Amino acid sequence: MGLQPYLLLSAVIFSIGLFGVTTRRNTIGILLGIELMMNAVNINLVAFARYTAMASGMIFTLFTICITVAEAALGLAIVILLFRVRRTVMADHLDLLKG
Amino acid sequence: MTQEIAFAGLAVVLVGSALAVVLSKNLFHAVLWLALALTGTAGIFLQLDAEFLAAVQLLLYAGGIVTIVVFAIVVTERLVGERLTQTNMRIGGGALVAVVMFGFIASVLMRRPLPTSRPEMPGDLTRILGQAVLTRYVLPFEMLAVLMLVGMLGAMYFARPED
Repeated sequence: MGLQPYLLLSAVIFSIGLFGVTTRRNTIGILLGIELMMNAVNINLVAFARYTAMASGMIFTLFTICITVAEAALGLAIVILLFRVRRTVMADHLDLLKG
Repeated sequence: MTQEIAFAGLAVVLVGSALAVVLSKNLFHAVLWLALALTGTAGIFLQLDAEFLAAVQLLLYAGGIVTIVVFAIVVTERLVGERLTQTNMRIGGGALVAVVMFGFIASVLMRRPLPTSRPEMPGDLTRILGQAVLTRYVLPFEMLAVLMLVGMLGAMYFARPED
């Protein structure tokens, strides 16, 4: 089996995640979409690493996974803080910076 | 042949659960579907001979992120007393963006020659990963440790009790 099916699968998941990020109203829902997109990127990295027999791609995947976990923890901490201050997590109610 | 069947099964699970993540009305169900999608990705990693990455994926992603997100939902939803429902808005525009994005990526993929068979990996993959992380990539590895520490401190600072 070639590399192409893996890349197509990851493109599909990336697009679904993009759809989630652009349409969800809840901030946590947007974060879930970002996780999906990161996941698609990881599939891409591992597939390329396997089909070129170079381990570098897998090491980058390792780093991406760790950074994504840190990002999710901080993002959700910001969501909780926002909720404490504004009493909502709906993205279109968080328009304090709108002129 | 079995490889193709396994890939097709995993692909169906992944795409289906990913769609459920972005479309389900209940935010809690969306997180559970995300857990399924992340587990399916671990299966894809297994299929690509990356056993160690599959284990990391299950432990950190499917274990860690899902727990954090469930915690965040409990904190932000139960206090406000609303139901866990959430809606999508501008579905047409979002679908258009996603389809254009996929079309762009797919058209690039179709035009490029891609490898059709896997070369042999030089030795045990987990061993290669471990050696590379502690030799050539030791500086990013250490910086990652610092990043994790800063992230942990930052999250604790954000989530401190009000005084």
